[in-house]
Amino acid sequence: MSIETIRSAPATRANGSTPVPATPVPVTPVSPIEAALTDTKTLTLAKAINAGLRQSMLDDPKVVLLGEDIGALGGVFRVTIDLLAEFGPNRVVDTPLAESAIIGTAVGLAYRGYRPVCEIQFDGFIFPGFDQIVSQVARFHYRTQGALRMPITIRVPFGGGIGAAEHHSESPEAYFTHTSGLRVIAVSNPQDAYSLIRQAIASDDPVLFFEPKRRYHVAGPVTPQLGEPFESARVVAAGTDVTLIAYGALVTTATDAALAAADEGISVEVIDLRSLSPIDYAAVEASVRKTGRLVVTHEAARSGGLGGEIIAEVTERCFDYLEAAPVRVTGFDIPYPAAKLESHHLPDLDRMLDGVDRVLGRRR
Amino acid sequence: MHTVHTGETPDILLQLLSPEGMRLADADLDPWVAEVTGADLAALYQDMVVVRRIDAEATALQRQGELGLWPPLLGQEAAQIGSGRALRADDFVFSSYRENAVAWCRGIAPTDILRVWRGTAQSGWDPLVYRMATPSIIIGAQTLHATGWAMGAVFDGADSVAVAYFGDGATSEGDVSEALVFAASFQAPVVFFCQNNHWAISEPVGLQTRFGIAGRAPGFGIPSLRIDGNDVLAVMAATRLALNRARTGGGPTFIEAVTYRMGPHTTADDPTRYRPAAELEEWAKKDPILRLRRLLDSLGLFTPELESETQALADATAAELRAGCIGLPDPEPLTVLANVYATPHAGVDRQRAEYAAYLASFEPTGGKV
Ligand SMILES: Cc1ncc(C[n+]2csc(CCOP(=O)(O)OP(=O)(O)O)c2C)c(N)n1
Ligand SMILES: [Mg+2]
Repeated sequence: MSIETIRSAPATRANGSTPVPATPVPVTPVSPIEAALTDTKTLTLAKAINAGLRQSMLDDPKVVLLGEDIGALGGVFRVTIDLLAEFGPNRVVDTPLAESAIIGTAVGLAYRGYRPVCEIQFDGFIFPGFDQIVSQVARFHYRTQGALRMPITIRVPFGGGIGAAEHHSESPEAYFTHTSGLRVIAVSNPQDAYSLIRQAIASDDPVLFFEPKRRYHVAGPVTPQLGEPFESARVVAAGTDVTLIAYGALVTTATDAALAAADEGISVEVIDLRSLSPIDYAAVEASVRKTGRLVVTHEAARSGGLGGEIIAEVTERCFDYLEAAPVRVTGFDIPYPAAKLESHHLPDLDRMLDGVDRVLGRRR
Repeated sequence: MHTVHTGETPDILLQLLSPEGMRLADADLDPWVAEVTGADLAALYQDMVVVRRIDAEATALQRQGELGLWPPLLGQEAAQIGSGRALRADDFVFSSYRENAVAWCRGIAPTDILRVWRGTAQSGWDPLVYRMATPSIIIGAQTLHATGWAMGAVFDGADSVAVAYFGDGATSEGDVSEALVFAASFQAPVVFFCQNNHWAISEPVGLQTRFGIAGRAPGFGIPSLRIDGNDVLAVMAATRLALNRARTGGGPTFIEAVTYRMGPHTTADDPTRYRPAAELEEWAKKDPILRLRRLLDSLGLFTPELESETQALADATAAELRAGCIGLPDPEPLTVLANVYATPHAGVDRQRAEYAAYLASFEPTGGKV
């Protein structure tokens, strides 16, 4: 098997934008017998991450997994299934029940050159570890003037739509994009899940890696490639009338909305951000210059959310190209609601189409 | 109190009732159950049978798609009923999600317990009415709330006690250690009631602690008791002892109730992936209901009337639970934006108005494009 490095990513993409240059990630080639994935295979998003974790562990003996129930159980979503059996308890560490300790001990491991991959069981349980992330993990490189790196990956199943109890459906990404020193990724499909978890682990910066839990069981083809740099956005569906930006679980919804809009003769370009920090503004700008109309969607609350940030940046960069005020289609400014109300809170196809109508001046 | 140990002997297990249903003596615990009558024992038995039935019915409702999830308490009936029935109405419970039998003791309707698991509400009841907080899903957080409540009781000169329920896994969270520090410093009237059911999802208790859990508390300056959590009498006695210490200015007490989670962590869990079947068989022999029944039998109190009355009560409660669950109405859409703040908030108010207009646009007269 030939392992690509992200150096070999194409210089330009289908939409003509230039990918943000990324630090090349050296990846040690492994023998074919050892490879987690040798051919294109159909995998669920959960299995794709499992394969990516496995490949990263094969490539680098310093990659260790830490988390609650990740060993014998394979994690509550089975993302780490079979890894304990293969790599043993020094590399797949079932930790006591303490998120602050999971992150804090990962810092200590990083001091010794390890690349810890922490699993936070559900989005809502990251907060006991929040202090370690924002006060410690995010700052070491800056604090030590580059002497100390924190190649820690923090995997977080995020988002709603699964009818769960409280604290199991949160979208906390903006807390982390607001924290300098952290890279933030949100994947939407099995291929990116595989490629980007590997890049995240290989990154010398700390990475918050958000996994769309309601899409864990969605299957798709996965090739054993690192693909484009993890900082690059992806045009999912090309279009000319409206740019619709999404990430995580909502990429699928946005793609469906674009198909529905096409039935009405509206051409929607869907962009999957993939990286939430940094954001691939070159890709965003290229699209908005073409369409002149921007809709941003996320499950997270509107106020202080990424939608506002993206719209502000786009307005600064290409105000003259905008034909209408950009529109946000987001969760409300509420704590995540009870399961029977979540369909009202979460942006769905109708609300995205409503946003498209509004940016086209077809409503209000 | 020689049974309140100092940490050197974390493996002492206090019992008043052997698994065979034999009444055992314990000089420290006996006085606290001296007045328990045959009728009281029968009532405890009924409670335990009924909550086990509630649990089974809720599991069935989940399997039938009527609940999103359910965390069974199977095997922990004595730990929860013995402690729950020791409380005074003015005490306050701060629990985790598994203490559904404690909620039963607080007089909370079984249907209300199901609301959060059916997903119609984030809290099934008004905490101030039943003096039981909304169960904490964030592991360990409630131990701090209990401690703060107890500090307030001291400030107010009240003799009410806060009881914090949490699991063996929870003892690893920083919040729990911080609660022990605060409770000890302020000699807060709080009882830390840890149900060591041996598992935190797939993690055995040995991963959380190398030392008996009860042995940890003395290091914080908090006396502790390690009791057989499947022995309803020992649980009741220890809880009364601890409540009395708290009411009379003695400060916090830590109780480790050694029990076992006979079922899965929740209905979403598959314990066969991580738990040896033999362990389950071992603990089945120590069943909390069985041993009380044996005691009642040996006292000649397990009468056909008690059996049929208990059965009828369990059946009626299960029927009420099922009907209540299925009858729970879905919340009105606009309540999604209600109660975010206690006072009007311009941002949320505007979003509610916008969403109302959006929903109205789907009405037949509306203009949905
Ligand atoms: C802060 C936090 N981290 C993780 C979880 C996920 N989780 C739910 S229950 C549980 C295990 C709890 O074990 P224990 O405290 O022993 O209580 P039990 O479930 O056995 O009653 C875990 C890890 C959570 N709810 N909150
Ligand atoms: Mg437990």
